Amino acid sequence: MKYGIVILSHSPKIAEGVKDLISQAAPSISITYAGGTDENEIGSSLEKIQTACEQNKGEEILAFYDLGSSKMNLEMYMEMTDLTVHKYDVALVEGAYTAATLAEIEAPLENIETSLKKLLIK
Amino acid sequence: MTINLEQATKWIDLFVDKLEENRSTLNELDTAIGDGDHGTNMDRGAKAIKEALAKKAPADVSELFKTVAFAIIQKVGGASGPLYGTAFLDMSKAAKEETDLAKLISIGNDGIKRRGQSDVNMKTMIDVWQPASEALASGDLTAEKVTEFLNNTKDMVATKGRASYLEEKSKGHLDPGSQSSAYLFESLLTAMEG
Repeated sequence: MKYGIVILSHSPKIAEGVKDLISQAAPSISITYAGGTDENEIGSSLEKIQTACEQNKGEEILAFYDLGSSKMNLEMYMEMTDLTVHKYDVALVEGAYTAATLAEIEAPLENIETSLKKLLIK
Repeated sequence: MTINLEQATKWIDLFVDKLEENRSTLNELDTAIGDGDHGTNMDRGAKAIKEALAKKAPADVSELFKTVAFAIIQKVGGASGPLYGTAFLDMSKAAKEETDLAKLISIGNDGIKRRGQSDVNMKTMIDVWQPASEALASGDLTAEKVTEFLNNTKDMVATKGRASYLEEKSKGHLDPGSQSSAYLFESLLTAMEG
């Protein structure tokens, strides 16, 4: 599988919920998530982000996040890892849904990114 | 002015104590313009730092900063995790060659700017880090100045971080990250006095 999707949210429920939602549109895509802190409270955890990326089966990862510290932790992880991770500053739900739908039909990254550009909010 | 392992250890010990003592103050500041957990987050970080240092005494300043960075990155949870974490991680890398305190702090400040994609006057911890780093370079950082830098954040309108959602309403409150940074620099001054 070329692309996998990772969802990052401050809330464990949002992260899991977005995965549930987009899995319907992309049943064959690897979708993993990191939600909340290590104690499952509201926040973000570098360790959870690492696990979500490492467990993802995509050759390259398309990552979507919600608020500031998810983004900062993701960027910190990207500086540390050898995996190819693409980070998108787009609306979390709509962005992940768009990417999942296109990845499911094996659209090239260029097309996925063109569609994501319309959803830039950050 | 250079910093050695003994001074750096004392600095971090004092900072950890201050974070534990002022947990509720930081939470209150953050309740006004953020999500109310800066004190809890930093207190969790403080305990993780203490635990990590007790487990293994660092051999040099670089290792000390690295231990601090990892404890903060793994345990703090809020935005301050990656921000303080990056500052200490970058200072740890630099401390392998560099012992000049002002230069190290300036490198830490650059790390915070990179991670947060932010600059001075956005009502963030940079409003304490940057002037403190400049004052250290010119050799005239005092506790009074640290307080002054902190108080300057009160009338700023936040344009970065959670408080930026409040726009004009963020005015009139101290920035919680600047308050914890003020503790950091007050601790540093005490540690350097010997």
